[in-house]
Amino acid sequence: MEQLSNYIADYFELSGLAREIIFAVLILVVAAVVFIVALTISGLLTLAERRVAGRIQSRVGPNRVGPLGLLQWLADGLKLIMKEDIVPAASDGPMFRLAPYLVVVGVFAAFVSVPFGQLLIAADLNVGIIYLLAITSLVTVGVLMSGWASNNKWSLLGGIRAAAQIVSYEVPSALAVLSVVLLSGTLSMQGIIAAQGGWPWEWYLFHNPFAFLAFFLYFTAAIAEGNRTPFDLPEAESELVSGYNTEYSGMRFAGFFLGEFANIYLMSAIATTLFFGGWQIPTVTPEQQAASWGLQIIGLLIFVAKASLGCFVVIWLRWTFPRLRVDQLMSVCYRYLVPLAFLCLLANAVYLLVVPAGTLIDQIIHYGTAALGGLVALIFFWRVLHHIRSVGDRLNLNVLARGKKLRFDPSIQARRYGRFRRKKFMKETN
Amino acid sequence: MGSFGEYLANIGRSIVTLGDGLAVTFSYLLRKPFTIQYPDRSEKPVVAMLPERSRGILEIDVSVCTGCSMCAKQCPIDCIHIEVVKDEETKQRVLKRFDIDVAKCMYCGLCVEACPASGLRHSHEFEGAVGDVKRLMLSFVDKPQPVAKPAKKGEPKPETAPLGSIVRKLLADQWKPGGSP
Repeated sequence: MEQLSNYIADYFELSGLAREIIFAVLILVVAAVVFIVALTISGLLTLAERRVAGRIQSRVGPNRVGPLGLLQWLADGLKLIMKEDIVPAASDGPMFRLAPYLVVVGVFAAFVSVPFGQLLIAADLNVGIIYLLAITSLVTVGVLMSGWASNNKWSLLGGIRAAAQIVSYEVPSALAVLSVVLLSGTLSMQGIIAAQGGWPWEWYLFHNPFAFLAFFLYFTAAIAEGNRTPFDLPEAESELVSGYNTEYSGMRFAGFFLGEFANIYLMSAIATTLFFGGWQIPTVTPEQQAASWGLQIIGLLIFVAKASLGCFVVIWLRWTFPRLRVDQLMSVCYRYLVPLAFLCLLANAVYLLVVPAGTLIDQIIHYGTAALGGLVALIFFWRVLHHIRSVGDRLNLNVLARGKKLRFDPSIQARRYGRFRRKKFMKETN
Repeated sequence: MGSFGEYLANIGRSIVTLGDGLAVTFSYLLRKPFTIQYPDRSEKPVVAMLPERSRGILEIDVSVCTGCSMCAKQCPIDCIHIEVVKDEETKQRVLKRFDIDVAKCMYCGLCVEACPASGLRHSHEFEGAVGDVKRLMLSFVDKPQPVAKPAKKGEPKPETAPLGSIVRKLLADQWKPGGSP
């Protein structure tokens, strides 16, 4: 952003105070742009969540508002804006009103140092990743505050659970991040990406087996920090009636909601930056990419595609796994994730000492880890095929299931009424 | 080593089971959704897709009705109203009124079993939403008409109008412009 400000100031040949004013105005503009982009992303993610959830449950999901239901999130947002803003009489008024803002600020301020492309970053802080870990902790304060101010025991329980959970899971998440910081030798988000390469075996994910492990540790801990479903104890509809946000309605509820979904993108974007090579294009060096607008756009698309894939995985996890118990949650964190994260940190440090960068052994370990990752993916898809075959279904790659193209399929109906009627039904319909 | 082995086994087991769970849900993403997108995105109307013996809104083909009132007597909630009078001039029995209150009907099917002429039956129609509950009193007789003669033993039962055609027309009339909402 400083570069942009300097560029504009140089273009108009400004100096002194005018330069400062340009910079100040630009800060506001960039802040507004980042906020709007983050809002749009979280809005689209709510739609993506519902569509994916629908498909996983063999439904279609919302597809009526706009083409493919793409405007559903706007309709939902409009509904929430129009709703009455209720503040319960027994609640702690000012704190109750303040809490959603802390959640929104905590998540959306983090977008400042999340890269979208090589030059598309609001502020490439030299302590970027530490800033991200720090600013997202503001969410804890907001959640705890909302739980307390609601003056409702379920909300309070939810808020306290959230605080305990987020504080606990900060440890493995920060340790896993530190492994990457060790490998790259920088805390700046762009610096970490620039230290990787375009090909998968140049990513930190496949740097060595322990970096591979660190990714899973980070991702698990990030999901827990974002209160997503295997770890959604603070919300727990079935026990706590949606926990800390029970008493909220209208726009304040939307604040929590959008914060949660922006957080999904945030954790995916951080994972992309740390482990998946960010905006790096295969066979293109960062210098070449900086010089060309076309490559910039390709880099942006690559980054967003990787981050969207991460978001998809988070959503997919939510609709697969049941919720943990509180004791299991703490057990997973302190008995498994924390020791493994320390192991990763130590092993990565030892790796850097023992295997000099760029040597043949280093290369072989990169390729070997990438092959390991590929093998895991292959085994996974073999299992997917197995599960499809075991039901006797066929693959249907029309993931979006466009309504208008949907053909009437008698076999669907036949399945519904049992196999013995199938023949008769087919005869009737044909 | 025992407890540490168990620790590692726990990790391995959780990875395998969680991975397999993810494979199950992912397999659903590659399948067709089960949903039939009622009302307008199926190749056939949903009414045509219902099973043969599904019980929709009652309909009577009055051209075969003998005016025996068996159905009205069978009905446990009295939702069928029949008036049969004797025409003084022609000495014929005349069906003056055959109303079914669809709003009251509980689709038990007792009347259908009772009908000797097989003129009363369940159609497959189910979309009966109207603005006023009174409009669900469907009148199957426009103007008084003589009742049909009951079929004698051994004779085939008389032909009736296609299933659902009568009630579909009546329901469409409920939505004609000019009526009360």
